[in-house]
Amino acid sequence: MMIQKKSWAGTLTKKYGRYWYKFKSNKISLVGLGVIVFVAVIAIFAPWITPYPTSAGLYVNFSQQKLPPSLAHPFGTDEFGRDLLTRVAFGFRYSLTLVAVVLSISVAPGVVLGLIAGYYVNRWFSAVIMRIADVFVAVPPLLLALSVASVLTPSAINAMMAVSLAWWPWYTRLVYSIASSLRNEDYVKAAELVGASPTHIMFKEIFPNALGSILTKVTLDAGWVILIGAALSYVGLGAQAPTPDLGTMISEGSQYLPASWWISIFPACAIVAVILGFNLLGDGVNDMFSSSIK
Amino acid sequence: MIARVLPGDPARLALGPRAPQQAVDALRAELHLNDPIFVQYWYWLSGVFTGNWGISLFTQRNVLIDVSEFLPATVELILAAAIIDLALAIPLGMLAGRMANTFVDNTVRIISYIGIAIPAFVVAIILQLTLGYGLHIFPIIGRLDQSIQPPPRITGLYVIDGLITGNFSVAANALWHLVLPAFALALGPIAQEARILRSSVVENLNKDYTLAEISHGLPERIITLKYLMKPSLIPMITIYALDISSQIANAFLIELIFNWPGFSRYGLNAMLSKDLNAIVATVMVAGIMFVVANTIVDLVVSYLDPRIRFQAESEE
Amino acid sequence: MPLIQVKDLRVGYNVYEGLLKVLDGINFFVERKEKVGIIGESACGKTTAMKAIMRILAKNSVLMGGKILYDGNDILRMNDTQFTEIRRKKFSMIFQDPSAALNPVFTIRQQFYDIIRYSSNQRMTKDMIHERAVELLKQAALPEPERILDSYPFQLSGGMKQRVNIAMALVSANELLIADEPGTALDVTIEDQILRLLKKIVEERRISIILISHALGTIKHFVDRIYVMYAGTIVESGPTEKVFKNPKHPYTQLLIDSVPKLTGEGVPEGIPGIVPSYLNPPHGCRFVTRCPYAMQVCKEKVPPSYEVEQLHYASCFLYDNGENGKDE
Repeated sequence: MMIQKKSWAGTLTKKYGRYWYKFKSNKISLVGLGVIVFVAVIAIFAPWITPYPTSAGLYVNFSQQKLPPSLAHPFGTDEFGRDLLTRVAFGFRYSLTLVAVVLSISVAPGVVLGLIAGYYVNRWFSAVIMRIADVFVAVPPLLLALSVASVLTPSAINAMMAVSLAWWPWYTRLVYSIASSLRNEDYVKAAELVGASPTHIMFKEIFPNALGSILTKVTLDAGWVILIGAALSYVGLGAQAPTPDLGTMISEGSQYLPASWWISIFPACAIVAVILGFNLLGDGVNDMFSSSIK
Repeated sequence: MIARVLPGDPARLALGPRAPQQAVDALRAELHLNDPIFVQYWYWLSGVFTGNWGISLFTQRNVLIDVSEFLPATVELILAAAIIDLALAIPLGMLAGRMANTFVDNTVRIISYIGIAIPAFVVAIILQLTLGYGLHIFPIIGRLDQSIQPPPRITGLYVIDGLITGNFSVAANALWHLVLPAFALALGPIAQEARILRSSVVENLNKDYTLAEISHGLPERIITLKYLMKPSLIPMITIYALDISSQIANAFLIELIFNWPGFSRYGLNAMLSKDLNAIVATVMVAGIMFVVANTIVDLVVSYLDPRIRFQAESEE
Repeated sequence: MPLIQVKDLRVGYNVYEGLLKVLDGINFFVERKEKVGIIGESACGKTTAMKAIMRILAKNSVLMGGKILYDGNDILRMNDTQFTEIRRKKFSMIFQDPSAALNPVFTIRQQFYDIIRYSSNQRMTKDMIHERAVELLKQAALPEPERILDSYPFQLSGGMKQRVNIAMALVSANELLIADEPGTALDVTIEDQILRLLKKIVEERRISIILISHALGTIKHFVDRIYVMYAGTIVESGPTEKVFKNPKHPYTQLLIDSVPKLTGEGVPEGIPGIVPSYLNPPHGCRFVTRCPYAMQVCKEKVPPSYEVEQLHYASCFLYDNGENGKDE
C-alpha cells in the first residue's frame, strides 16, 4: 500500500513538475503570472491597503479636485477630488469579478454543449446546438454584448450577463471540434466496447484531452472579457457611477483631456496592464499543454 | 428578439415621459406592441423580407433608409482598417518569423503584445491626443473638413466617389480623415495577425519542404516570398475573419470618438435610446457584414489552400 | 581524393535541458561513383550528418567541430553563394517522408519549374524548362508527366510523391545524391521499387549516393560500402559483403542478429536497452551501456578505429592487440 501511494504521489509531482517546467520555459509567461497575482492581491485587499478607501464610493471633495500626481495622490485625483490610485485598485476588483463571473457562467455550459454536440456528432440535436452557436458567433461578441446590455437596465450585473451571453458559443465550438475528432480515437472506441456510459466517455475520456485547450482559451479570454467590459462601460452601458470601473473612469476622464491627462491615462494604463498580464499568462498556459516544447 | 421581452415600454421611451397616454397607446397599437410576442415577431420577420424593417423611434424613419444612409461611412472605415491591417501585419509577421529570436523579432513581439492589450478606444484617444490635437498632423473628427462639400454620391465611400468624379482634393481630404480612426481599428488585429503569421513562418521554416527548397538551391527571396509565405498565410487569414468581426464591433466606439457619421454611431445612439427596431437592424446588418467578410475570407483561404478547395469540390 | 570526406564532425542541438551532443566526431568518405550505405537505429545521428552535408541543420543546432571536404574544400566554411552553386549543380537530397518534402500549396509544376529555372545559369525558356521537367519525371518512371505536373502533392500517392522528389533531386544531383530512408514511409513493395529506381539512376548517371536505411536486407544488395552508426558515432565500416558476413563490432553483430530471418530460427531477440541520452552520453564507448562484452576500458576511453581485416574497420577495444588503432 505504502509503495503504491508513494509512486502515485511521485508521478503526480513528476506530471505537474513538467507542466511548471514548460510554463516557466518562457520567462515572459512568468511576468504575466506576476502581473496577474499582483493585480489579484491588490483587488482582494483594496479596502485595507489603499490610502483613501472612501474614494471608491460616492465621495466628493471639490477642494481636492483634479490634482495632478503627487506624493499624497500618486495617480492624482479626479473631478470629484477622489484619489485615483484608490479608484484604480478598486477598479481591478470590478474587472476581475467581471472575468470570474463571465467565464464561470459561460464556460461550463459552453463546454458541456460542445461535448454533447461533438460526441453525438451526427444526431439532430448536435446540429441544433451548433447552428445556434453559429448564429451567436456571427455577431461580434462586443456588438452582441452592447445590444443586450442596451435593452437591459445599465448595471454591472447586467453587463456581466450580456458579456456571458456572447461568450459561451466560442467554447461550444472549440470543444465540439476537439470532441468530434477524438470520438473516433481508439481509446474512445475501446471505452464504448467495454460498455462505458456516454457521460463517462464525455467527461472522463474526451474532456481531459480538451482541458489544455480550454484552459488556454480561458486565460486568453480573460483579457478579452476585460476589454469588452471596458468598452461597455466606456459607452455607459456597464457599471454605473459611483462604481469604480476602469472603462467608466477612462470615459469620464477623457472629457478633461489633455489638461488633466492623469484622470484617464492611469486607468487606461491599468487596464492595459491587466489585459497584457492575462495574454502573457495565456501564452504560458499554452506552452504548458503544447508538445512542441521538450 | 430578446429586445422584445425586456422591460421598458418602447412607445413610452420614444414619446418621452410627458406625452399623453393616448399618444403612447396609439403608437403601441401602430407598432403592434399590444399583440402577443410571437405575433410581433411574425410582423417583424415578414417585414424584414419586404424591406420594412420598422420605424426608428428616434429618427421616425424606416430603419432601412437610416442604415443605407449611414452604412457607407462605416464600410469605408472598415475597408481602410482592413487594408492597413494586412499591409502592416504581413510584413511584420514575415520579418519576425524569418528573423526569429533576434532583436527585430523581439521588437515586433513587444509591439504586438501591447497592440493586443490596448483597447481600441484607448488607442483612438491616444492617437487623437498626439497626432491630432498635439501635432496637428491629422484631423480629429469627421469624414471631411467642414469647408469641403462631399462628392456626389455613387458608392457613398467618399474616397472612391471623389476619385470617380475627379474631385481628387476631396478624395485626398477624405483619405486624410480616415487615417487615425482606421489605424485605431487596425492596431489590435495587426498585432494579433503578426504574431500568428510569425509562428506559422517559424513552424514552416522547419518543415521538410522548406529544407528541400533550400537544398535545391532556390534563392532565399523566392523561398520566403513565395514558398514560405503562401502556406504561412493560411492560419493568419482564418483569424483575419474574426478580426474583421472585432473591427465591425469596435467601429461602434471608434465612430463615437471620431464623430464619424457612420452606421455604428447610429446603432450606438439607438442602443443608448432603446430604439429597438434600430438596434435589431444594426445587429442584423453587422451580422450580414460579418457573413460577407467571412465568405470573402473563405474564398481567399480556399485559393491559398488547394486541399480545402479540392475537398469542397469533391463534396459537391 | 574522395568526393566527400567528413572529418571529426561534431554537431549538437540546444534544447531546454542543455546541449544534446549528437554527432561525436564522425569520419567517413564517399568516392566518386561510389554507393555508400549508412545503417543504424533511429535517432543515431544519420539524418543530422546528412543535413550537415547539405547545410540544412535546424536553427538550434551547434557545429562543434570538424570538416566536410568536397574536392578538398571545406563546405562548412564556404559562403552562401558558393554553397548555393553546389546545391544547384552538384548535390541533392531525398527526404524520408515524401509527403512532407513537397510544399502542400503549390502544384508540382510550380515547384519543379522553379527548381529547374534557378539551377541553370542561362535563362531558360518556359518550353525548355517544361521539356526538362517531363524528361526527369520520365526518368523517375512516372507515367503521365503532364497530369503529375498539374497535381498538388496531396493528389498523389506516397510512391508517386517520392518519385517526384527523386525527379526534382535529379535536377542538381550531378555528383552526389543523398537518400535519407527514401522508402521507409512507403509500403514494402513500393520501397523496393523506389530503391531499384535509385540504383538504376545512380549507375546510369555515374554519380555517388549515400543511402541511409535501417532496412538491412535492402541496403545489403544496394551499396558498395557500409557504415554502421550508433548513438552519433561510427562503430564499424567496410565493404558491404565483409561487414554483413563478418560483423566485428558487438553492436553490428546484434543489429544483424535482430533482423528476422526467413529460415525460421525463431523470433529475434533485439538489442536490450536503449540508446543513451545525448545530454550526458557515456564518456568512453557510447555502446558501453548495452554491450554484452563491456570492459573497464570501454567506460574510460573512446575506442579508436581498428582495421580488423582489409578495408574493414571497427571501433571496439575487443580488437586492441597492443598496437594503436588507426584513429580515423
